[in-house]
Amino acid sequence: MIRLTQAPFEPGALLAEFSRGRRETGAIVSFTGLVRAEGGDSEALELEAYPGFTEAAIERIAMAAKARFSLQDLMVVHRIGRVGPGEPIVFVAAAAVHRRAAFEGADHLMDYLKSRAPFWKKSIGAGGERWIEPRPQDYEDAARWDERAPGSEPAS
Amino acid sequence: MARVLLFGPLSDIAGWRERTVDPAPSTLKALRAALSAEDAALGEALARPGVQAAVDKILVRGDATLANGAEVAFLPPMSGG
Repeated sequence: MIRLTQAPFEPGALLAEFSRGRRETGAIVSFTGLVRAEGGDSEALELEAYPGFTEAAIERIAMAAKARFSLQDLMVVHRIGRVGPGEPIVFVAAAAVHRRAAFEGADHLMDYLKSRAPFWKKSIGAGGERWIEPRPQDYEDAARWDERAPGSEPAS
Repeated sequence: MARVLLFGPLSDIAGWRERTVDPAPSTLKALRAALSAEDAALGEALARPGVQAAVDKILVRGDATLANGAEVAFLPPMSGG
């Protein structure tokens, strides 16, 4: 399930909803991302999505993760619009038969969301507004999952 | 008629987020030229590396023909989630 929402969400409630009635699931891993205050420099983040296009791109990322890690199910909830410090901005959950797949699935999904999902994000603070691009670390995190033939040299 | 959508910093540069161009130019290239002729700063921003275009929510590389009623979105480098 993929959902973009203007309204605040409660991660605990989403996890409870996702976990309900799973008699064949052995592991659920969830991740909640919060907006940082950056020591008072950031008053809010403002996220813009392209309705329809953004969900479709996340759906492709999620389907690839589901197939790769043999996940039973995935949930992605992402705020759009203005999100203040301390508020949840993203929630992902992955369900699998065993824990390793659930951990890796959630980790992979977050790395791809952080670097490849079509959002445009603006930081609003005392010093004005600034558009944000992924950090080099975000690209490196996502590149960890690039598939390589066993024994081959890492891509440079 | 074509509907044009700008995202991220592109809408700050242009001062608009969505507008229609009527009649619709026949190609993406012609649309870019028309926007650029009206607003050189926007034209330059659209030509920057990493700015992608989507026609009816599908990314296109290079040029594309535009049907009447097409929705064209210009997408600057994405911030991620």
